Amino acid sequence: MDKVIMHLQNIKKVYHIGGEDFAALNEVSLTIKEGDFIALMGPSGSGKSTLMNILGCLDRPTSGIYELDGEEVSHLSDDNLAMTRNRKIGFVFQNFNLLSRVSALHNVALPLVYAGVDKKEREARAIALLTSVGLGSWANHQPNELSGGQQQRVAIARALVNNPHIIMADEPTGNLDTKSSKEIMGIFETLHERHHTIILVTHEPEIAACADRQLLMCDGRITRDEGKGVSMDVV
Amino acid sequence: MLFKESIEIAFNALLSNKLRSILTMLGIIIGVGAVIAMISVGMGVQQKVTNSIASLGSNMLIVMPGSANSGGVRSAAGSSQKLKLEDADAIKEKIKNIDYVAPTVNSSYQVVYGNQNWNTSVYGVTPEYMAIRDLTVSTGAFITQSDLSTRTRAAVVGTTVAANLFGTVNPVGKTFRIDSSPYKIIGVLESKGQSSMGRDQDDVILIPLTTAQERLLGITYIQSINIQVSRLDKMDQVQNEIETLLRQRHRIIGNKEDDFTVRNLTSLMETMNSTTTMLTLFLGSIAAISLIVGGIGIMNIMMVSVTERTREIGIRKALGATFKNIMMQFLIESISIGVIGGFLGIVFGISTSLLISKFGGFTTVITAAPIILSFGFSVGIGLFFGIYPARKAAKLDPIEALRYE
Repeated sequence: MDKVIMHLQNIKKVYHIGGEDFAALNEVSLTIKEGDFIALMGPSGSGKSTLMNILGCLDRPTSGIYELDGEEVSHLSDDNLAMTRNRKIGFVFQNFNLLSRVSALHNVALPLVYAGVDKKEREARAIALLTSVGLGSWANHQPNELSGGQQQRVAIARALVNNPHIIMADEPTGNLDTKSSKEIMGIFETLHERHHTIILVTHEPEIAACADRQLLMCDGRITRDEGKGVSMDVV
Repeated sequence: MLFKESIEIAFNALLSNKLRSILTMLGIIIGVGAVIAMISVGMGVQQKVTNSIASLGSNMLIVMPGSANSGGVRSAAGSSQKLKLEDADAIKEKIKNIDYVAPTVNSSYQVVYGNQNWNTSVYGVTPEYMAIRDLTVSTGAFITQSDLSTRTRAAVVGTTVAANLFGTVNPVGKTFRIDSSPYKIIGVLESKGQSSMGRDQDDVILIPLTTAQERLLGITYIQSINIQVSRLDKMDQVQNEIETLLRQRHRIIGNKEDDFTVRNLTSLMETMNSTTTMLTLFLGSIAAISLIVGGIGIMNIMMVSVTERTREIGIRKALGATFKNIMMQFLIESISIGVIGGFLGIVFGISTSLLISKFGGFTTVITAAPIILSFGFSVGIGLFFGIYPARKAAKLDPIEALRYE
């Protein structure tokens, strides 16, 4: 039995827009186990970005309980959330979000700077990861000298550099051509085999099909949770 | 995050926008440079004034005769003939805390050597005059006590007189004429340059006081007594004692006016000093304003930089940068502008001040204090004007920042 790595209970997120309350997440409960490969789907405005932000410790829920790796994180301070992100979560974004003025190597090593790792080890680990995504010889190139697929691979290397349990990917293939998309999904599948927990937001059913559990969101709720042969509608 | 990394990030940011960084620094460079250059000019003026007053002798009191009064009609100050050599001797004997007393007389004469002539001031002095006026003899000797008692026709000349009468010839031992009487030159004074009032202090001839009184001017009174007081804090006391003594000796009773005046050069020096200090502060504060304007420039550019790099800040925060990390990054960036700008400003200020003294004809004095102060100020300005933008950056919401286009 795999360990529970993320547990959400009655998570609500309410925004105040123009004097009116708008519930982006409405009583969401969810359990994710270590090693899960989850695809999060849903139309825009369904609350999946909000859920990702909360899962990724970028945001706090208005109410509810969120336990990450056995630790209640829904009331942590900004700085504690930052440190939690640094240690436990790797992010991959649709638009890569690499620092444009520094080399691929520096980009990959960046989380280690905030983890307080010394320079020598930072560079050794960054080089090792760049090599593992097939970009060992591109270490000193700046992001604008790389193709989209290469940039995303740098971003994945960056997400992995501090050995997080969880990888969160927000439309990682959204800006890529089919060939690059396949490469990137290949990497995610390898990570899955290595027992990383992966949460992937996507619009595309064929990308979602790579995951072994699909969550569908609508109007701030998870309306469908299927995978591993089990399918159930959540209302 | 390690301090070293913050510095590296800051320098990379500055280098990636070189022109903008330099223009921002320029405000600080000009500010610091202006403070250093202006204060060096102000202190140069101060030094010049202090030196020229000090060249009159330090801790000096000068007793001058008052105005003559015949039947209520008063003549010009100094016209009284009541100040005698004996007064000077009495001051020397009876009043304590005095180093030197030097009575003098003086008048203008035409002097002649060979086919050269020159019009200059002739002073009758005693040997003490040399010490009291800080004079040095470059060649030959000064007037001695025996010259005084024998009323020798001996003269010590200033460099201007020597140059005008003798050209390049060494005048010592030569005989020339003052008012058609022959005088033998026994020494030449070291040059003292211009006085604070622009008078050429080298355009003088010194002869023994007794010779001047009896053989040249034909008078029995003296025209001034220079007194050097041993300690600065005794000046007022000695001045009072001299006034009391002279009133006694001149039999001035009750409310009757003094027939002499005692001038205190220290108070003149203090006035001049406070004036020039004001001037220095004034120049310095105008320059300091440009430093503050430079600081506002830093703040402006840091605000732009924070807005421009919103996305970068978002990425850093998502990857685990804390409030302190981001704050540090931007503060170090703005302090670096202050430090580098301050350093270049010091170089700029010192070279400007050297150029001013070389080509502008001003004396400039460079001291450590304004350099350290303005450098510290520029670093402080970098810090102060960096705080607001850095806080703004550090407080950004990572989600908003990542979404920023």
